[in-house]
Parts: sequence; structure tokens; C-alpha cells
Amino acid sequence: MEIALASAIGILVAAGIYLLLRARSFDVILGLTLLSYATNLLIFSAGRLVPGKPPVLRSGIDPTLANHVDPIPQALVLTAIVISFAMTAVILVLAMRGRADNGSDHVDGTESKERDR
Amino acid sequence: MLYLLLAMPFIAALVVAFASPLQRRAIGWLAALVPLTGLGMVLAQSPAVLKGEVPRAVLPWLPQVGLMFDIRMDGLAWMFSLMVLLIGTLVVIYARYYLSKSDSARRFFAYLLLFMGAMLGMVLAGNLLMLVVFWELTSIASFLLIAFWSHRSDAREGARMALAITGGGGMALLGGVILIGRIVGSYDLDVVLASGDLIRNSEWYPYVLGLVLLGIFTKSAQFPFHFWLPHAMAAPTPVSAYLHSATMVKAGVFLLARLHPALAGTDLFFYVVSGVGAVTLLTGAWLAIFQHDLKGLLAYSTISHLGLITLLFGLSTPLAVVAGLFHILNHATFKASLFMAAGIIDHETGTRDMRRLGNLRRHLPFTSTLAIIATLAMAGIPLLNGFLSKEMFFAQALEIEGHANMRMAMTVAAVLAGVFGVAYSLRFVHDTFFGKGPRAVEGDIHEPPRWMKIPVEVLVVLCLAVGIVPAWTIAPVLHTAAQGVLGAKVPHYSLAIWHGFNLPLLMSIAGVVGGVLLYFAMRRLLDLHAIVRGSLGRRIYLLNVERLYALANRFTRAIANGSEQRSQLLLVLVAMALAGVPLFGSGALWPAALPSLSSLPLLGWLCWFILVAGTLITLSMYRYRLRAVIVVGVVGLMVSLAFVYFSAPDLALTQLMVEIVTACLMLLALNYLPKEAVPERSTVRRWRDAAIAVTAGGGLAAIVYAMLTRPSSTIAGEILARSLPEGHGSNVVNVILVDFRGFDTFGEITVFAIAGLIVHALLRRTRMAPEEMVEGPPMPLPMAADLSQVLFPLALTVSIYLFLRGHNAPGGGFIAGLVLVVPVLLQYVIQGMERVERVLGIDYVRCIGIGLLIAAATGLAPMLLGYPFLTSGHVGPVLPVVGEVPLASATAFDIGVYLVVFGGAMLILSTMGGIRPSLLRKTYRGMIQRPDPAQFRGRRA
Repeated sequence: MEIALASAIGILVAAGIYLLLRARSFDVILGLTLLSYATNLLIFSAGRLVPGKPPVLRSGIDPTLANHVDPIPQALVLTAIVISFAMTAVILVLAMRGRADNGSDHVDGTESKERDR
Repeated sequence: MLYLLLAMPFIAALVVAFASPLQRRAIGWLAALVPLTGLGMVLAQSPAVLKGEVPRAVLPWLPQVGLMFDIRMDGLAWMFSLMVLLIGTLVVIYARYYLSKSDSARRFFAYLLLFMGAMLGMVLAGNLLMLVVFWELTSIASFLLIAFWSHRSDAREGARMALAITGGGGMALLGGVILIGRIVGSYDLDVVLASGDLIRNSEWYPYVLGLVLLGIFTKSAQFPFHFWLPHAMAAPTPVSAYLHSATMVKAGVFLLARLHPALAGTDLFFYVVSGVGAVTLLTGAWLAIFQHDLKGLLAYSTISHLGLITLLFGLSTPLAVVAGLFHILNHATFKASLFMAAGIIDHETGTRDMRRLGNLRRHLPFTSTLAIIATLAMAGIPLLNGFLSKEMFFAQALEIEGHANMRMAMTVAAVLAGVFGVAYSLRFVHDTFFGKGPRAVEGDIHEPPRWMKIPVEVLVVLCLAVGIVPAWTIAPVLHTAAQGVLGAKVPHYSLAIWHGFNLPLLMSIAGVVGGVLLYFAMRRLLDLHAIVRGSLGRRIYLLNVERLYALANRFTRAIANGSEQRSQLLLVLVAMALAGVPLFGSGALWPAALPSLSSLPLLGWLCWFILVAGTLITLSMYRYRLRAVIVVGVVGLMVSLAFVYFSAPDLALTQLMVEIVTACLMLLALNYLPKEAVPERSTVRRWRDAAIAVTAGGGLAAIVYAMLTRPSSTIAGEILARSLPEGHGSNVVNVILVDFRGFDTFGEITVFAIAGLIVHALLRRTRMAPEEMVEGPPMPLPMAADLSQVLFPLALTVSIYLFLRGHNAPGGGFIAGLVLVVPVLLQYVIQGMERVERVLGIDYVRCIGIGLLIAAATGLAPMLLGYPFLTSGHVGPVLPVVGEVPLASATAFDIGVYLVVFGGAMLILSTMGGIRPSLLRKTYRGMIQRPDPAQFRGRRA
């Protein structure tokens, strides 16, 4: 499963970065969404992959690492998920306003540069 | 008392700044009262200081770095405080009548008091770092004062120049002081002054000296940094009288005197300081002759006199130091009075241009007399104070020992300086008060108000008193100040006027005769009035500033040329480089032995397949955005499933909720963005980006693989063990969020709240053109409406349940808040926005605010009991029927999280859903149509 997770993160990152380098605002946002999945998985995996041992203490089971997975990356990722939602909202709104005010959804705010190159 | 002395100007500055602008009289009185009271306080310390005691008051400021708030009044500080406060009082009285009705009196006096406080703090500092702090404060206050008439471009330029140069010097000084601190091991002035040998023998000494002297020379306008001073003359005249005669520029020579025991006594010090002083003395005096502006002439004369003082401290003999201190006092008195006189002339005639002035002794007989006496002091004529210190200087120049060439050069320089000094003084008097004129001056000229003359009178009387009976007036002050610098080594000296016929007297006579001859010769041979000299220093300065701007612009353009796409590319490349260098540099990417890999069940591989397929499909059809949003949602669901499998129930729940809400968000946004992207033209760019993306993805996959196949080292064991006994919760993730790392979470919900407010602020008043608009009321959906009615209380219950159990089982504020969003969102879709908001009546902005307040309050409450921020408490009251209810204060914090997450998410969604359609613009096939001008005119009319 190490290979599965590593490859999944790699593919998510590649797709995310490719979309991040596109010219249109919504494509960039899609790329950021994929990148944030990848980043969350990456941080999460720092606690190593342990199936079936959630960090919820039960009576009768010792509160040790042998019985539970590392909870710290989980706490970090939990807030990261919520923050990435907020970030997505903000850039979506920036994209909307940018397009409404500039008349173009190019990230540079204008179409002309695209044609120049 | 010392604290009060130093605090008073700052407090008064604040009071004045917030006073009513109409009470000009009261402001003036208050501003004058402060230095007057201060003067009284300093005089009250005099008996002690005269006896050689050093009153002191110390408070720790930043003791970790050796910075103490240390007020220390030795003889030198005492003398400077007297000077700063006495001349300060006179300047305030003078300014009270100088300022016109249109000038803001409170702004002026607030700045002036701020400057006075800074100057006092600097001279009284007993800690070198504190001295630097106040030193910088004088630079800033002087910037504000020079730019007081901010509508004038020359004032702004002069202020910027002064700040750039003195501020740069301040930076160098800070470096020098830190080096001294390193060498000595303390910033305490007593320790530093006692460690002169240690500093001089240190290998760092040249650097220390260079940096400190850079600070001193820039502040005291020494060559080649002198050019800022004439440009600072754009300041109101009271400012020049104060800053550019007695205080600001004297700060440099003050420091020279202050650190004299620690730095002086080497050949390097002797040559650099006396050399720079001599060059400044001659340059300033020579250039002063060619000025046409009264204040310009005085400014160059000030430069020259500061050069003289620097030169004297450079000579370093005890008598030279005494002479330097003496000249500091004398120069302050006659120069301040001259600036004030120039201000009166400007005030009465409307010009300071000597080419237009003349014969003013007929129009302003009294002021003329005062100004002429002060000018004679400046020229060093007997019976005036300037003469005494000049004689001492001549005597010292003749007595330089061990440097024969230097003695020769200094003697010549001294005579030349005397000649030039007499020449420009003569020009000042002759062009202004004698001859023909005044020309092209408006209105009739008359003497100024009584109170404008009094400060000048006081100063001129002082000049005379010191000049005629020095032993009864200045001797004790000078002796005390000299003790402050030299300690017990104060030499014997005589302040008499008549020392018999000796070489210094001959030099004085030569200077006067030479000066008179030079002036009249120049008048005859050259047309003095026609010579206009530019300032080379200013030109070089402006050139450098321009170059700096050009360089900064070029750099900015190279990094960010305005193309966001390019910036993003650079960002990705830099991030890759930063990750790649240590990765391949260390060569430890692959473990030596083949690691044992864990197997994944078939279901897991299925999820992996869906995730990878979803990502690739997104990539292949990202241009069709509606579909892409749905496919991305599938990818998110797989991520959520991965969390389920790898023992992270809280994450799985959060991811699931966020996935739903994000999908809604994107769909709402898509109504205002093109539904399909235009196809890209550049194949090259696409392949290039693909290559970058694959490299980055591959690299990161390698990192993850390397990390997963290594054993982990974590502090988690500790946290797991402490969660129940100390955090009172079994759900360790939630305990970390609301307890162990509560401060972090507090920051994160704040960010979340800010994001919600940004969205609100950006969209609240906008009108936008939607891609599609459905006319009429919302479509009736009876089945769904009924269902949602049933679902709503149910979801509410689930949300509260998840919240309550969050501390012990998967759930908590984040998840519960998001769970509550979903049914409310359903209501919005089915019933329409207006109806839901009317029925529910929740103000989301307020909801966020209350949530943050609750979180902050739970954090602050323990602080009242003396615990750190966000310490959690725990009680378990036993209620009838229910039994024991575990209540941790962390639960209250979680309520704050709950409210912020719910309020923030709803605020974002409801604002995005409630955008009003634009009246002017429409979209057609993904393009925004320009407003129809006819329609536009119609609306305007």
C-alpha cells in the first residue's frame, strides 16, 4: 500500500501542477483542489499507514502507539481540509470578480498577452 | 523625577496632537511649559551633578539583549539637557508667533515636542542601545519637522534626503554599537567608557570606529554627507533654529564626546576625525560665502562650525575636548539667535534672498542690532563668546604634538577658516543690513511682535555675557561637562579674554583682516550676486536614488512582469528546486535494504484505481468544467475513503462534508465563469508544463515512498498517554485540536472567518452578469421540499450529536459545523434564499463574530486565574437522572469553532448564491457583452 499511496499522491501532484500552469482561472482552481488533496494525503502519510487503529481511546486498550495510529498529522490535516475549503472559496470569488471586472477569465487579467506569444 | 523629565515631552506631544485645533494659545502655552518645567528639573539636579555625582534611574526594557531603560545624568548629559531645554523653550515661544494662522499649530508642536523628547532621551541614555533607539527617533522626528510644509516639494525632498542620510548613518551606528557590545560584553555606558583599552586593542576596532563615525558624520553633516543640511532649510525657521543649530546636528558631536573615552586615542581616530573635521570646516566656510539665501548661508556656516567641533574632538587632547564642548555651547547660542533673526527678516519682508535685501538697519533697527552682535560672535570677534572658543582652537592647532605636518596643515586651516568665517559673516551683515535696498519687497517693514524678539534677546545677551565675563557664567557648566567626558583628567585652563600678545591672537587678527579684504575683493572682482552654485552632493544623491529605483524596477520586472501565469510557473520551479536540492544532494533517497511493503486489499486497489482514473479524466477534460467538477468530487470521495481505511474517521467525515460544500461552491461560481475553456494554441507550452508536472509528481511520489518505508519517530506516544488524564477526552485528534494545540486552532478559525468576510466584502455590493438566468420564482419541488422538511431537524440533531460526542468519539466542532451546513443549504435550494433567511433569521457575520469571541474568551479566562492562554479546565457535575456530565472548558472552545465554521461556510455560500444580476452587462456564449451606451445614458438620465 506504500506504492499505492505514493503513486496516487504523485499523480495528483502532476495533474494539479499541470492545471495550475493553465491560463484560465477556473482550471487553476481545479488544479489547486487536486494539489490540496495531494498535500493533505502527504501530511497525513507522515503518520504512516496503519489500518484499523483509529486514535480514539477505548477502555481496556493501552493508550500507546502500538494500539493507535499517530494522531498529530490527522489533527493538522483536519484543519487543513477546512482551510483549503475557505481558500478555494476566496480564489473562486477572486476569479469571478476578475472576470466581471476585466472581461476575461485569463489569470493575467487580459487576453492580449496570450495572443502575443 | 528623571523618568518624569523624559516622559513629559512625549506625553505633552500626545496631548497636543489630540487637542482641539482652535486652542492655539493653550497649545503654545503647554508646549512652552514642558521645556521650562524640564529646565527646572534639570537645574534641581545641578547641585548633585556639579559635585560630580551621576543621578541614575534604571528599568529593564529588553534585558535579554542587554537593552535597559537607563537614564543617566552625568556632566555631559546635564549640559546637553540644559541646552536642549533652554533653546527649546525659546524656540517654542518664538514659533508661537512665527506660525501663521493656516499652519496647524498642534501638528507643529506635537512634532517639536516629540523631537525634544527624543533628543533628551538620547543625551540622557545610559545604555548604548537605548541611545541608538532615541537617535533614530530624532531622525524620524526631524523628518516630520522638515516636511512640515508638506505641500512644498522642496520640503518633501529635503526631508527625504535628511532621513535617508541620517537614517543610513543610524543603521551604521547600530552596527558599531552592537560590535562594541560584543567586545565589551555590555551596553552599559559606564562599562563601555571604562573599557577604552579593550576596544582600542580589539581587532574589530577599525570597524567599530568606521561604523560609529559614519553615524556621527551623517548626523552632524560632515563632509561628504554635509549636503542634506542646506536642503533641510526648507523647514520652518523655528525648526532650523532648534534642529540645525542646537540639537539634531549636535547629536553627532555629542556622541563623539560621549564615546570619546572609549574610542579616541589612536592615530586612526586622530587622522580620520580631525581630517574630516578640517575638510568640513573649510568646505562649509568657503561655500557659505556664495549663498544668497540667509538660511542657506547659516546652514553652510553651521556645517563649518560642526567641522570645527569635530576637528577639536579629533585632536583629542584634553584641552581640545574642552574647547570642543565650549564651542558646542557657543555655536548653539549665536546660531539659534541668527536663525531666529533670519526668520524675523523673512517674516517681515517676505524674502530671505540677500540679493533683494539690504539697508534693513533703517527698517528693523532693533532686530538688526541683535543680528549684528550674533554675527560678530559667529565671526569670532572679541568680547563675544565665539571669540573665546576660536582662540582655544587656534591654540590647540598650534600645539599638536608628534605630527609636524598635521600641525602645519591645521594651523593653515585654522587661519583660512577664520578668514572665510569673517568673510561670510561680513556678507551676511553687509548684504542684509547695510547698502541699498530692500528691493522688490511687498508692504512696509516693521519690527516683529515683542515675544518674537525676546528669545533672540535672551540668546544675544548670553553671547555677550559669556564673551565678557566667562568665568562667572559658563565656567562651572563647562567644567562639569568636561568632567563628564574626561573624568578626572580635566586640564587646567583659563577662560580669560586677554592672554597677552600671543600667536593665537595674531591668527585672529590675521583672520579678521584677511576676511574683510577677501569679502571686499570678491565684491569688487566677482559679481557675488550672480554666482549660482548647484550642490554636487545633491546631484549625486539624486542620481543614486534614481539608479536605485531603476534597479528595483528592473528586478521587479524580471521577477514579476505582470503575468500571473508566469509567476505561477516560477513559483512551481522554485519550489521544485528547493525540494530537489536537499533530496538529491543528500543521496539518501533510497533505503539500503529492500523495505517490507504492506499489502493492500482488493477494495483498496479499486479505490486507488478510481482515484487515479478520476484524476486523469479531470486532466483530459478539464475544459468542460461542469463535468470536471463532478469528477473532481469523485476524487475527493476516494481521498475520504482512504482516510477511512487508514484509521482517520475524523478526517474522513470532514473530507466528505467539505467535498459536498465545495461542489456547491464551484457550481455557484461556474454561473459567473465560462462553462467551457477556450482551447489552447501553444502545443509547446503544454508539453513544457506537462514535463514540469510529471517531474514534480514523480519527485514527490519518491519522497512519499522514501518516507513511508522508513520508521517514524514521533511524540505521539506522549500525546496518546496524556490525552485522557490531562485533556479529558478519548478522541485524541479532537483533544489535540481544542486543547493541546488550541492556539493553533484559534488561528485557523480566525483565518476561516477572515476568508468568509473577504468573500462577503468582495461580493456584497457587486452586480455580475450570470451565464444563465432562470426567470421567475424557484421551481416548486413538492417531494423534495417535504423530504427536506423531515431531513432538517434530523440533520440538526445529528450535528449536535456529533458536536457533543466530539471530545470522545469522531466528531467535534469542525465536523458538526459542516454537517449543519448541508441541510441549511438544501433549504436554500428548495425554498429560495429570501424565504430561508427570513425564517431562520441568522446573521452569519454575527455568528462568526460570536464564535470567535467565545473561543477567545475561553482562551483568556484561564489567564485571569494566572494560567497561560487556553489552559483547559475540567469539571464533572453530577446531575439528577442524567448522571455525571463531563464538562471541559475545551468544549466551550469547540462551540466557538462550531459557530465560526458554520457561520463562515454559510456566509460564503449565501453571498455567492445571492449575487444580484448586473443591469448593464450580459453574457453571451461565455463572453461578457460590453454595456450598451444607449442603455447606459438612459440610466444616467
